[in-house]
Amino acid sequence: MLENRRFVIIGFFSLVGLIYLLRLFYLQVLDESYSIESSSNSIKRVIEIPFRGQIYDRTGKLIVYNTPVYDLLVTPRKARVEDTLRFCQVLGIERRDFDSLMAAAAAYSPFKPSLFLRQLSKEDFASIQDVMVDYSGFEFAKSSLRTYTAPTLANTLGYVSEITRSQLEKQEEPYYRQSDYIGQSGIEKIYENELRGKRGTKFVMQNVAGVYKGPWKNGELDTMAVAGENLYTGIDLEVQQYADSLMVNKVGSVVAIEPKTGQIISMVSAPTYDPNILASRHFSKNFAALARNPYKPLFNRPVMASYRPGSTFKLIQALIGLQAGVITPESGFTHANCPMGCHVHPATSTVALGVMHSCNPYFYNVFRRLIYKNNITNTFRASAVGLDDWHDKMSKFGIGQRLGIDLPSEYKGNLPNKKYYDRFYGEYRWKFSNIYSLSIGEGELLITPLKMANVAAIIANRGYYYTPHVIHGIGDKKYVKPEFLERHDSGVDPRHFDPVIEGMIGAVEGGTARRSRVEGITIAGKTGTSQNKKGDDSSIFIAFAPADDPKIAIAVFVEYAGAGGSAAAPIANLVIEKYLTRKVTNKALEERMLKADFMSKVILPGVKKPVTTDSTRKKPVPADSVKKKPAAPAKPVVSNRPVAVNP
Amino acid sequence: MPENKPITKNVDWIVVLIYIACLAIGWVNIYAAVYNPEVQTSMFDVSNNAGKQLMWIGTAALLIVCILVIDYKFYETFSFIIYAVVIALLVLVLFAGSNINGSRSWIKIGAFSLQPAEFSKLAISLAIAKYLSDPAISLTRKLKDYYPIMGIIALPAFLILLSNETGSMLVFASFAVVLYREGMPGFIPAIGMVMAALLIITLLFVKWYIAGAIIIIAGLAIWIMPVMTRRRGGLWATILVSLVMIGIVFGVDFFMNNVLQKHQRGRIMVLLDPDSDPRGIGWNVIQSKIAIGSGGFAGKGFLQGTQTKFDFVPEQSTDFIFCTVGEEHGFIGAAIVVFLFVCLISRLVILAERQRSRFARVYGYCVAGIIFFHFMINVGMTIGLMPVIGIPLPFFSYGGSSLWSFSILLFIFLKIDAQRPFTLSRG
Ligand SMILES: [Zn+2]
Repeated sequence: MLENRRFVIIGFFSLVGLIYLLRLFYLQVLDESYSIESSSNSIKRVIEIPFRGQIYDRTGKLIVYNTPVYDLLVTPRKARVEDTLRFCQVLGIERRDFDSLMAAAAAYSPFKPSLFLRQLSKEDFASIQDVMVDYSGFEFAKSSLRTYTAPTLANTLGYVSEITRSQLEKQEEPYYRQSDYIGQSGIEKIYENELRGKRGTKFVMQNVAGVYKGPWKNGELDTMAVAGENLYTGIDLEVQQYADSLMVNKVGSVVAIEPKTGQIISMVSAPTYDPNILASRHFSKNFAALARNPYKPLFNRPVMASYRPGSTFKLIQALIGLQAGVITPESGFTHANCPMGCHVHPATSTVALGVMHSCNPYFYNVFRRLIYKNNITNTFRASAVGLDDWHDKMSKFGIGQRLGIDLPSEYKGNLPNKKYYDRFYGEYRWKFSNIYSLSIGEGELLITPLKMANVAAIIANRGYYYTPHVIHGIGDKKYVKPEFLERHDSGVDPRHFDPVIEGMIGAVEGGTARRSRVEGITIAGKTGTSQNKKGDDSSIFIAFAPADDPKIAIAVFVEYAGAGGSAAAPIANLVIEKYLTRKVTNKALEERMLKADFMSKVILPGVKKPVTTDSTRKKPVPADSVKKKPAAPAKPVVSNRPVAVNP
Repeated sequence: MPENKPITKNVDWIVVLIYIACLAIGWVNIYAAVYNPEVQTSMFDVSNNAGKQLMWIGTAALLIVCILVIDYKFYETFSFIIYAVVIALLVLVLFAGSNINGSRSWIKIGAFSLQPAEFSKLAISLAIAKYLSDPAISLTRKLKDYYPIMGIIALPAFLILLSNETGSMLVFASFAVVLYREGMPGFIPAIGMVMAALLIITLLFVKWYIAGAIIIIAGLAIWIMPVMTRRRGGLWATILVSLVMIGIVFGVDFFMNNVLQKHQRGRIMVLLDPDSDPRGIGWNVIQSKIAIGSGGFAGKGFLQGTQTKFDFVPEQSTDFIFCTVGEEHGFIGAAIVVFLFVCLISRLVILAERQRSRFARVYGYCVAGIIFFHFMINVGMTIGLMPVIGIPLPFFSYGGSSLWSFSILLFIFLKIDAQRPFTLSRG
């Protein structure tokens, strides 16, 4: 009885199987709309790649846009080229190029279209298009090229190039295909998802010859491509290009920040290159040349280069000392009982004077008090506790921390703590006398130009900062990432900034940076010299202006240029004046800085110096030969002037 | 006792051959599904799903050897213990599971993930078979004998529901097949199907019309029935059934809007009208129909499928593997797969019927029912006859957990079947 139910069960299973077979027969054989084989048309999915977002400067000027170009694709199995000679003539290629391109395409896939010629201009396309009708197996695909309105900001903006094999394999969702473009560095990389937009999909019908026969199902299933979001930067293009010109023939950085918002106004990485050369058909060649260049133009110095902060560090020492109560604005120190040398200067009887004259013993004493502030009698233990306490306070200024700028590969820098020295000396085996060089920004400290510009912004704001950022608006709604609207506190009360700022104004008016003061603008600044073991020191200057209502905070680093007052301070002050007044009064200084060439002093690792009178110079060096100017200044292997656009 | 006769003599080779055919076709199609002409990798490369599936097939083979070596009495003796272990795993996964695609139901071991929910089917099958092996239990007469079965199914179902893996829970409906065979009155599965049909009709038509139609049909039935049969009580039963049905129709509205989650509601709506949401949930159904439909009679050929490449069909190598079969091998390929499944399931029913012990028969029916339900829902989903429910196609879909659990499920039955000549009839 119950056994007979097996027939019901098997019957039910078979019935479902039969229904499915009928359904499949209907879908696959009867329903024409799905079938490809039974009609002469085939359905093809075309992916429409939208324009990347454009990038604007703070005044609304366009920095990056797109130029439409055409890629020529070939499907090797379908390709019919009878007269190769004429074909090559039309495309302007050599016969062996033709052979190698065809071979590469066939190796990739004989049945699928692959790239034959990339990025033909509109004009080329117009002239070739008609002739190409004679050759089957070729098709054009619309594409676009990044185009830059000015030859500047190469490292900040980054570049876009073909996706690499490893990137292709690593992507989590299969979004990119081979030969797709992707942002590889700078803003293009960080904001790739915003810039790339949304791809569209079109289903089109083609006949056997690949000729378009209209949309499939009236385009019901097509999706429109949506252009990428525009990005709005805080960059001032005019000031940026002016700063670029001042940094020609120098190695270094200029970073200018708007203190009240954290927006980057200008960011120069010298030497630089014209970003247009990496957005052309000659990408590989040009990229290889840049990668080989010994001056490393692809190295984004403002966020990646590391220096010792030198005397600019004294500003933070003073602020932390005041906040901790180990000094008052009226504290004075003399050169007595200090192992550090100093230059001849008037008495430093206040914090302001200490900053103004950049007195080494003064800050040696401040740092000593900070380290030994605690009541521990054992100096080893006291140093250990004191250093970690100092480390925490320093960290709040962003030293030794990643600030979180919207650029890739930001260097963290180095801010030593107890653990750091324990590794070298062993626990409680070191004390203040081993680490005092930190007091004047030497020793094991490492910072980036961006960090010091941010320090200038903190002082300008009297105690806080916003994370420095390039993009201050995404899309039409100018959406700002919330992390860039978050105020970070330095942990130092506003009142403690007054004596330090007074000292900074003094430094520009009559101290270490007096030669580059600007008429009519009160600039608060501080020079620094980052010692360089291999050659001339790096010249550093950080500043903000106007002192009473700061609109710009700046850090300038010039490698191999000597003391801070020699190159960095003049360049910084010229940029400040340009930004605040749109003109420059001190034409003589401007002329001198435009012409200054510190590139010839650069000692390249492993590269023989171009033949000059001091080409034999090697360490140790007699003091006089250093001062000697080369008789015939050698041209660097590659000029750091923006490289001409490759035709 | 001739128990040491080689297992190869007694094992049912028809099922084994169908099993091997399914694995082979599945593996080739997984390779085709993940095959990217622009980033080519070998079929044996463990960085792609096909290579990984090969590893899973290899480990499944080892498992099968173990199953065939273990004494057949083990499964019956330890069925409740196996059930307890799986329940423990389901509880464990709630606390220690890794979150994959929004459902906390995976245990990660290195690069591979296991899903305990997959093994709950095996556990339930063994437990039900063990319970029903008691000849005193009768599903025909005693309602209280159903309670333990409900409990056996409900406990893992509840745990799976907690881990947000509703798809595999629906498969538990497949146990209706075995219960029907063991004596459950035929009207219960009939009511189930009527309810499902009502649900769909309610979504398509105005509920007052349906209520009217039910009343008319009930009236006709009451009028005709006395003529057809001489049974009494038919009048009240018919009125009761009609009222229940009308209740269901109105309940469905409430069910759709208040009980189902939004994406579940969407999946049912799309089944009825895929064009209602062509960009959203309908996308899966449309794309999968295009892929299968474009295969034509003979298919486009191995690796020549275009619709299943890239993001055309989602989850091509797992839940939508049938699309690749349909596109690349056409109606012929798809029909072969359907045929293989119908043969396999029918063969399992035949094998189950020839068992001497009730335990073996019940277990055999469980296996047949589970594989059938997976087949029905998965293939039905890809051809637009079933809602989009993410469950694998047995032996075809990529995934270690499902391959292991189906292989274990099947070969435990084959082992028991191979020992059939030596088992005593117990009811
Ligand atoms: Zn001094």
